[in-house]
Amino acid sequence: MCAEQSSTSPPTASVTSIASGRSPLASHFDDPEQQFEASTLGMWVFLITEIMFFGGLFASYAIYRSLYPEGFAVASRHLDYRLGALNTAVLICSSLTMALAVRSAQLGRSRALRLFLALTMALGVVFLGVKVIEYSHKAHEHLVPGPSFQFEGPHARTAQLFFSFYFAMTGLHALHLVIGIGVLAVLWILAWRERFSPHYYTPVEVAGLYWHFVDVVWIYLFPLLYLISRA
Amino acid sequence: MAHSPIVPQRVYWLVFITLLLLTLVTVDVAFYDLGWLNISVALALATTKALLVVFYFMHLKYSPRLIWGFVGAALFWFLLIVGLTGADIFTRDWLPEPPGWTSGENVP
Repeated sequence: MCAEQSSTSPPTASVTSIASGRSPLASHFDDPEQQFEASTLGMWVFLITEIMFFGGLFASYAIYRSLYPEGFAVASRHLDYRLGALNTAVLICSSLTMALAVRSAQLGRSRALRLFLALTMALGVVFLGVKVIEYSHKAHEHLVPGPSFQFEGPHARTAQLFFSFYFAMTGLHALHLVIGIGVLAVLWILAWRERFSPHYYTPVEVAGLYWHFVDVVWIYLFPLLYLISRA
Repeated sequence: MAHSPIVPQRVYWLVFITLLLLTLVTVDVAFYDLGWLNISVALALATTKALLVVFYFMHLKYSPRLIWGFVGAALFWFLLIVGLTGADIFTRDWLPEPPGWTSGENVP
């Protein structure tokens, strides 16, 4: 019965007729459903390797913070928690616009999709702008680890260790955001060429997964770096 | 034909507002001296926010259970690695150093 069904109406028939005329269904998948699941699962597996990547940094951070609690606390107070909180809010806003972009793609609203992708990119740029301001303050105050590092008081060595973690973790996170903005720019062009439809929006969904993951990393970075013993 | 259900806009806005409120709580609670509870509260709040993002924005709630399995395995593996690393680091001075071993004088 199955064979008969597939010979009369091949599963690709429904998706070959979309606007671009090219079937988004690769030949090694049975149907768009299976292709979508494989793509999202692939993205999740990549994000799991990212958890391990960032996880190494988080684990070393946890160890050194528990070994040198005073040095980390003193150094953390040199970060501006208001800028950190602002950036947290910016990234949460960008996650909302990203989720709404995916929803627009699901509904086939091409203009709304482009608008929300552009908003998400703009919020990403705002985040990076705030980061640039913070980094230049740190450079000005001689808080960048290395020969120019200067820190008053008995905790200079462990404060330098803290700032090494600060720059490594936020730098790696910012790099992920730059890549995310690049991915969204490509999606915006594809959306402009009407490549997505309610039948095929897998790239938008998968890029959304990546963007939200970068948000989740920041959700942990913010309290761990900016809010050590503020009381 | 829909690949994953279309989540009502209201849900996204509710999650968004909750995330912003939890961020305010995160900042505010950091200014109270709760001793060792400070870090626990901060991590609990961050984990709540992360779960909201993962379940709603990342559609895990509506995803096939296969993906739940992968995410669960990843979390288990991550906690195992971090836990065993900590178990090594923080139990090193539980036993006396055997005679003849050099003591870590120069270790910072």
